[in-house]
Amino acid sequence: MAQLKKITEISFEQLQEIVVVLKNVSDYDLSGYTRSSLKRRVERILNLEQMDIVDLKNALINTEGFKQYFVEEVTVNVTAMFRDPAFFNKLATDIIPYLQTFPRLKAWCAGCSTGEEVYSIAILLQENKLYERTFIYGTDVNSKVLEIARRGIYPLSKLKEYTDNFNTYNSKESLSTYYTAGYDGAIINHDVRQNILFSTHNLATDHVFNEFHLILCRNVLIYFDMELQERVINLFYESLALFGFLCLGTKETILRQPVLDNFKVIDKELNIYQKIR
Amino acid sequence: MKPTAPLLVAIGGSAGAYELVVAILENLPTYFDAAIVIVLHRNSKYETRIESSLSDRFGREIRAIRDKMPILTNEIYFAPPGYHTLVEPDFIFSLDVSDPVQYSRPSIDVFFESVADVYQDRCVALLLSGANKDGANGFRALIRHGASCYVQQPGEALISTMPQAGLDVHSKVVPWNHQEIINFFRNNLKTETHEND
Repeated sequence: MAQLKKITEISFEQLQEIVVVLKNVSDYDLSGYTRSSLKRRVERILNLEQMDIVDLKNALINTEGFKQYFVEEVTVNVTAMFRDPAFFNKLATDIIPYLQTFPRLKAWCAGCSTGEEVYSIAILLQENKLYERTFIYGTDVNSKVLEIARRGIYPLSKLKEYTDNFNTYNSKESLSTYYTAGYDGAIINHDVRQNILFSTHNLATDHVFNEFHLILCRNVLIYFDMELQERVINLFYESLALFGFLCLGTKETILRQPVLDNFKVIDKELNIYQKIR
Repeated sequence: MKPTAPLLVAIGGSAGAYELVVAILENLPTYFDAAIVIVLHRNSKYETRIESSLSDRFGREIRAIRDKMPILTNEIYFAPPGYHTLVEPDFIFSLDVSDPVQYSRPSIDVFFESVADVYQDRCVALLLSGANKDGANGFRALIRHGASCYVQQPGEALISTMPQAGLDVHSKVVPWNHQEIINFFRNNLKTETHEND
């Protein structure tokens, strides 16, 4: 994608004004989002839409549907199948054997964006003959990306990267076993899709909705400040069954959170934790 | 805890920059009153061990940035591959996996632009060898906020595209030869009052 010339810059104070306006006119509260990243995303929207800050406030308040569009564009929706293959290796070797001891499994992919990670987990569980007794919830604040997730169709141009990732994680099988290619897209096969529900959930404001044995939330907390991170980690703690697993992104740091005393560190580098009390 | 850095030295580079980065680190004084942050383009597919091998070599910890890590003085940081690195108004790092900029993640532009917002004139930025123009837009933001911008003299760079693009941004951007770069890091970051950790 060609980079657009940067024409609009806003200050952190102006960013705060936008956050307040959005909060007043909708259910969306971005006040716990990481400032610099959010500022960059808002500036991107201003440049795309050729707006200044007054136009933006005006559109948020007065233009039907703009709030929704704004939230969709301001959240980052980059994901991939089998992103960080080392993480999937670790899941297969260390976590799966433990999960096999549960009679029924529920997994939650929080902030799942367009669904690639949800399908990756489904494939991993299927390979390990666990999928039949598993149900996976994929949630995101952005309902537009969830539509793409539900469709389960991805451009072939991306499948090359996903296949590389998959082969790094597990070269015995072929990723193509799990999708059907046609024209310039690949659709995830029905047997992979069957035990999955995609639904909206806002980590910043919503609450516990089920109990899980496995929670994945990778590269979502990086968009939250430490206060909001603490809320979300507590939400995960309350959502986990005893001895359930929490998997975060490899560059995320939550080691300063007091609730972590209730977790055992399974892998410090890959950020995998198990609830032990 | 160590104090936050009063000055941020931001180094960006790509192909052909690594050797000079090592030479810079080699010539640093034991104590310097700044945070040095290095953003190099590198492939996230291959988990490189730049930080640990340089830590061993120089006998001091060189950190791979993790999300929400504080930016402290007398510390050296590397941006992790596969993420954009940004700085926050409360002087901590944050990471972001939004789309690559100039085909790069980490992008030097993204990093420099956020440093400009937060550190303003308390920043020295240096752009080294590289085959694309990442960093030039970042220089624009830095210059606007009063930061000092330098490039490796394009004639001395293995690949001159990146430093040349940086130099073309503004007349305030100064080219440095190898010795001037080394001298800056050897002599200009020392402080009068020597502190111990």
